[in-house]
Amino acid sequence: MKLTVNEKEYEVEVSGNPNLLEVLREQIDLTGAKYGCGEGACGACKVLVNGTPAPACITPAVSVQGKNIITVEGLGKEGQLHAVQQAFIDEDVFQCAYCASGMAIAAVGLFSKQKELTEQEIKEGMNDNICRCCTYPDIIKAIKKASENKINL
Amino acid sequence: MKSLKGKSKGRFLNNSEKAESCVPPQNISRRNFFKKMGAGLATYVVMTDVLASQVFSPYSPLKDEDQLASWIHLNPSGNVTVFTGKVEVGQNIRTSLSQVVAEELSISIDHIDLIMGDTHLTPYDRGTYGSLTTPQMAPILRKAAANLREMLLHQAKEKWKLGEVNLQLEKGFVHHPSNGGKLSYGDLAKGKKWMKKMDEEVPTVAPEAWKVAGTSVRKVNGRDFITGTHRYVSDMSLPGMVYGKILRPPYKGAKLKRVNTGNLAGMAGVKIVQEDDFIGVTARDSRTASVALAMIEADWETTPQPSGKDLFSHLVNTGEDQTVVGNALESEYLSSDKQLGQEFQVQYIAHVPLEPRAGLAQWTGDELQVWTGTQRPFGVQEELQRTFDLPKEKIRVYMPDTGSGYGGKHTGEAGIEAARLAKAVKKPVKVTWTREEEFKWAYFRPAGVIRVKASTRNGQLSAWDFHNFNSGGAGIETPYEVKEKNHQYHRSDSPLRQGSYRALASTANVFAIEAQINDLASTNQIDPLKFRLNHLKNERLSKLTEITADAFGWVKRNKTTNNGFGMACGAVKGGFVATFAEVKVDPDTRELEILRVTAGFECGAILNPRHLKSQVVGCILQGLGGALFEAVEFENGDIKNASLSSYRVPRFKDTPKMEVVLVDRKDLPSSGAGEAPIIGIAPALRNAIFDATGVKINQLPMLPNGIVPK
Repeated sequence: MKLTVNEKEYEVEVSGNPNLLEVLREQIDLTGAKYGCGEGACGACKVLVNGTPAPACITPAVSVQGKNIITVEGLGKEGQLHAVQQAFIDEDVFQCAYCASGMAIAAVGLFSKQKELTEQEIKEGMNDNICRCCTYPDIIKAIKKASENKINL
Repeated sequence: MKSLKGKSKGRFLNNSEKAESCVPPQNISRRNFFKKMGAGLATYVVMTDVLASQVFSPYSPLKDEDQLASWIHLNPSGNVTVFTGKVEVGQNIRTSLSQVVAEELSISIDHIDLIMGDTHLTPYDRGTYGSLTTPQMAPILRKAAANLREMLLHQAKEKWKLGEVNLQLEKGFVHHPSNGGKLSYGDLAKGKKWMKKMDEEVPTVAPEAWKVAGTSVRKVNGRDFITGTHRYVSDMSLPGMVYGKILRPPYKGAKLKRVNTGNLAGMAGVKIVQEDDFIGVTARDSRTASVALAMIEADWETTPQPSGKDLFSHLVNTGEDQTVVGNALESEYLSSDKQLGQEFQVQYIAHVPLEPRAGLAQWTGDELQVWTGTQRPFGVQEELQRTFDLPKEKIRVYMPDTGSGYGGKHTGEAGIEAARLAKAVKKPVKVTWTREEEFKWAYFRPAGVIRVKASTRNGQLSAWDFHNFNSGGAGIETPYEVKEKNHQYHRSDSPLRQGSYRALASTANVFAIEAQINDLASTNQIDPLKFRLNHLKNERLSKLTEITADAFGWVKRNKTTNNGFGMACGAVKGGFVATFAEVKVDPDTRELEILRVTAGFECGAILNPRHLKSQVVGCILQGLGGALFEAVEFENGDIKNASLSSYRVPRFKDTPKMEVVLVDRKDLPSSGAGEAPIIGIAPALRNAIFDATGVKINQLPMLPNGIVPK
């Protein structure tokens, strides 16, 4: 089966009905999306499927054939970070950072619907993503900054 | 050096690196140092010089010259490599330790590379826990870097044929005092093989003069984490690697009676490993490995196991050393004008590190390499040594920066399992635990029962008798002045596997202490802040408490019908904490709303204000989980809520309005900060709920059903 990830096409093996996360990590060596819970409850594995964040750990790989998949590795363009990633770095948000990829994807997903976000909207929109180091206030701050700058969102 | 750098940061080993990594190199020692590192200048610190015997493990019978606390090496390109056995699990010590070195050497952080957690390259370290990195390792590296600076100055003076003059160092250069010339650090290290033992007397930069230390330097390698480039162990792979899964009992205490793996015959690429009760499978992908594991038929012998409903009576009944308190305390208690006895109960909670345990293992002949996320790489090396009966020199454990621990990754289960499978199938094997395995087969923060009785006489604490069953002894001592006091920790039989958790038992003990103090203040109709300050003897703690109270606006607080105010304070692991909270309890729904939290923290001279604030905030929010809703449910040895949809951890929507007050004491040595700030939030909320409703909640979590009881 063919899979389009970060604007590249890959031939992948789906005979055992693997989920998208397994295919990305084990067959394409894109390990930015992480395993955290296996039930779509923590957000660490999120990728964009046709622009919408989806938990790759419960998404069968066969279900995204022909769709446009973007992982954290594909968020930036031509060596430039995506504005959300840049905001995360500027605000120096993370501790262990295992949640970082999923947070970036979720935030990009939020901005695809709406460019200006209030604190409450960010909390609501990001609530599916867990940061166990609990850097939530800094993540909120970074997303707000990105929202205010409105550059390249 | 390039390959070392890559590996230390946990990136994939490319082919050329792999060739080298197949044969674990000899440990770095003084004798082979420059052969391994190349020319340059180096300082080293012998552990016994700095820390005496306290961090030295009985498992490490190394020769004296190898008993090193750290190395620092400067190469001819002007880059500095620092070797420390500490590891990075999100505390951002890679950053703070780099700052300390950069400060003494007057170089940019970008020229410093920290090699951490590699048992063949870094000096022995007992482990990264107990908030010890900042108070113990930072001063060592600071001193060692200062020594290296003196060596550079010596080299420059020799080159310029100068006598005793003061030379300026700036951004990697030594400046000539008069002729405008300058020498780069790299030039001064060129062709040299000069190594010097650290001289204790060399002065370090005074905190008041810090330019890099004490500032908010950003997370080192931050970009790697936000682009998905950093490789955690769970992301790593090796050529020819297969994925491993381990057969687990259905619940704690079950014994394997009979196993049938016949169903797996003919599954392509699947191998079964069976060594007594250790049964695992490997496959070319993790999906196939999971399917194969599920197809194994196993019968288990079951014996009755404890359940959550009997937990607290079980802990008290099995508590050791239940001695009767002395007569003086008892008579003081009985003759006082106000007495209060209470019991507090604390449930098991799980660490839930977002990266579950992962291990990758590769054998080359009888030499073993293991990559695993652990707070104790040298401890895992010892576990592997015992498992395989190998000399330590043949075992190399790597610990790339890992997806958090919070005290929950002191062990090396996944690494050992991977190594056992790899040995059997003769291929590199990766084992990553599922979330369910992490919940069921890692360890928990201990549950506990605390019984305290205390009295006051004319508004002054007169007697204090405090007993903790099973939680532990950390933070058990009351910081308040009491005439007659006793505190005891009683070991109990723990129904579940338990171990370290951020701040250890301080969370439980401070919860009980601060609740008891609050209620005694209330009984005496004295303001809880005033009552505390009347009894606190530690000036740092009282001062911080007063500063934080001011920031919160405690004195001017406006108590209305449904809101309430609470506070707590305490000192653990060199950190001083004061936490204030305002809550609202809906009179009809009994739902709790945290209106605001103000947290004060003081840990001596601050190394990195932004990262410190992040630790304080992280502690408060993580602490909210254990305070309000986290609890491990278990029945007959089985964990009933072993998933993130059934075990609730704090999320974005749980984040209240917060203010953090950091007190920078440049006159005091820096302490660690990753643990202490967690202790204040539970009692501050408990006391605020009491203020709002008159209800005393003496259990952690306080609101397992989400509502405040009547």
